Amino acid sequence: MEKKLKVAIVGPGNIGSDLMYKVLRSEKLEMAMMVGIIAESEGLQRAAGMGIETTALGIGPLLENSEVKLVFDATGAKPHMAHAPLLREAGKIAVDLTPAALGPYVVPAVNMDINLEKDNVNLVTCGGQATIPIVAAVNRVREVAYGEIVATISSKSAGPGTRQNIDEFTETTAKGVEIVGGAKKGKAIIILNPAEPPIMMRDTIYCMLEEEGDPDAIVASVEKMVSVVQAYVPGYKLKVPPIIDGKLVTVMVEVEGAGDFLPTYAGNLDIMTSAAVGVAERIAEHLFHQ
Amino acid sequence: MKAVKIIDSTLRDGMHSVSHQFTIEQMQKIATALDEAGVYAVEVSHGDGLGGSSIQYGFSRHTDEEYLNAVSKVLRRAKLAILLLPGIGTQKDLAIAKAAGVSVARVATHVTEADIAEQHIELSKNLGMESINFLMMAHMAPLDVMLQNAKLMESYGADAVYVVDSAGFMLPDEVGDRIAAMKDSLVCKIGFHGHNNMGLAIANVLAAVDNGADFIDSSLCSMGAGGGNASTEVVAAVLDRYGVTSGLNLFNSIDAAELIIPLKPKTDEDVSSKLLLGYAGVYSSFMLHAERASKRFNVDARDILVELGRRKVVGGQEDMIIDVAYEMSQNK
Repeated sequence: MEKKLKVAIVGPGNIGSDLMYKVLRSEKLEMAMMVGIIAESEGLQRAAGMGIETTALGIGPLLENSEVKLVFDATGAKPHMAHAPLLREAGKIAVDLTPAALGPYVVPAVNMDINLEKDNVNLVTCGGQATIPIVAAVNRVREVAYGEIVATISSKSAGPGTRQNIDEFTETTAKGVEIVGGAKKGKAIIILNPAEPPIMMRDTIYCMLEEEGDPDAIVASVEKMVSVVQAYVPGYKLKVPPIIDGKLVTVMVEVEGAGDFLPTYAGNLDIMTSAAVGVAERIAEHLFHQ
Repeated sequence: MKAVKIIDSTLRDGMHSVSHQFTIEQMQKIATALDEAGVYAVEVSHGDGLGGSSIQYGFSRHTDEEYLNAVSKVLRRAKLAILLLPGIGTQKDLAIAKAAGVSVARVATHVTEADIAEQHIELSKNLGMESINFLMMAHMAPLDVMLQNAKLMESYGADAVYVVDSAGFMLPDEVGDRIAAMKDSLVCKIGFHGHNNMGLAIANVLAAVDNGADFIDSSLCSMGAGGGNASTEVVAAVLDRYGVTSGLNLFNSIDAAELIIPLKPKTDEDVSSKLLLGYAGVYSSFMLHAERASKRFNVDARDILVELGRRKVVGGQEDMIIDVAYEMSQNK
C-alpha cells in the first residue's frame, strides 16, 4: 500500500467539511485532524463522529502534532494571516483556501510543478480555478493580450464571505488570470443568479490574442486542458468549445459539484476543495519521491 | 404641489443604444443641454456601469474617468451621477468617480442580491456622495423579498432605493403596488427606473408618481437599452399637465432631445426585439447582443430572447446569449 501524507483541516464549516470527505477518499492523503474553535459546531461533531481526531482549541494542538505535514486552511483571510507564520514555524505546509493569498497562487492543472516546494500556497478563487486553466491553454498556443472571465454562480452557493467582499473576488481572479493564466492583462466579472432550482456554476472565458492562431491547435490545447482539470474536478465540463473569431477566442465551461457534502449545484465550492486536494496530492507525491 | 426629481440616464443607459461609443464632444453637448433642461442629475457611465467596458458588454470609446471628467466640466446646476454594479465595478471605481466630480452614486444589484452592495453603499456615503440605489429586474422577486432587499440597502445608508423594471415587463398597477409598498416600509426616498419595451414607460412613470415616488429616471428620446426609458421631454410635458413639479423646462428638454435624433441607431425602428424583451422579462441591454448572436449563429433573435426569459437569466449574463444561440444552432 502506498504511503499517505497526514493532513489537517482548519475551519470545519461547509468548505472544510466538503474537503474532509474528499480527503477521506484520497489514496495519497490521510485525514489526521479537524481543527475548530467551537466544540459544539456541527462540523467538528461530524468529524468526531467519523472517528477523526478533533480539537476546539484552534491550531495550538495542531502545531504540537509533528505527524501532520500539511494543513488546509478553510477559515478566512484574517485568521489565515495569523495561522501562516505559526504553521511555517512548525514546519507544516499550508494550502490556503482563503483570500489571504500570502503564498503564490496555484492552479493544479497549470503551475503545480513550480510550486511543489513552497511552504504556503493559495488557491486564488473558485472562478480562478475554473477559468485560469483555459486562459493558460490558449496562451500556450498564442500569447493572450487580454483575458476576461465571467463567473456566474447560484446565489445559494455564495456565502456571506463572498457577498460582503465581492471586489476581492474580481480583483484576485483578474490577478490570477495574469499571473497564472499568462494574459498580459486580466479582468473578472462575477454574477449571482437566484434562479430556482439553483443553476450550476458556469464560466465564460474570453481571450484576445496578440495575433491570430491556428484554430485547430487552440481547440486541441483547450480540450487537453479540460481533461487535465477533469482528473481532479470530475464535474468540470466544456460547455461551448472554443469559438474563434479572428483574435477573439470564447470558451464556456460548467462545473457540477461532486455532492460530497455540499449540493451538486455548488460547483464553485467543489472546484476549490477539489483543487485543494489536487494540490495536496501532488505535494504528497513530491515528498514521497524525494 | 407634488414634486419629483428627474435623473436623466441618456449618457449611461443610452450608451447601450450606441454600443458605448459616445464621443466626448457628444457627451458634453448633451450634458450641457440636460443641465439647461433642469434635470436633477445627469448619469454618465458605461451602459453596464463603471468598469463595464469589456468583451462581455462591449468596450466603450473612452474610459469612464475620461467621460466623467469631461461632463463634470460642463455641468452648472445638475449633479453628476454614476452607476455601479458590484461584481462588475469595484470600490476603486467609486473613488475614481468621486475624484472626477461625481456627487451621486447609484449602486445596483439584482433585486434579490442587495447584500453584495454593502461595502459600495457605505463607501459612497463615506465619500460624501448621495447614495441612490437600484433593485434591478424587480419583477423577478415577490414583493416581500424585494422589500427585504430594499431594507438592506437602507440599512447600509442608502438615501434612496429604486424599483427598477430592467426588462420593461411591468404593468402600471404592478409598478404602483411596488412603489406604494416601498413608501410604506422604508424611510428613505423611493425612485422608479423603467423601460419602454412594451410602450408603458410613461404610464409606469405616472403610476410611480401617483404612489409617491420621489425620483424618476428618464432619457432623451427614450435613448436607453432595449426600448429605452421614459423620454425626458415627454416626462416634462406629461408631468406638467399632471400637475407635478419635475424641475424640467419643456422647451429646453425638447431642444436637448433634438440633439439625440441624429444619434439614434437604425435598429431603433425594429419593433420585435424590444417588445419580446418586455414580454419575456429579459434584461433590456441583451437586445443588441441577441441580434448579433442571431446573425452569428443563424438563429431567430426572438427565439433567443424567449429562451433566455425561460431560463431566468439575470442582468449582466450577456454570455448566456452566446451559450443559448450556440446551443440552438447545434440542435437545428
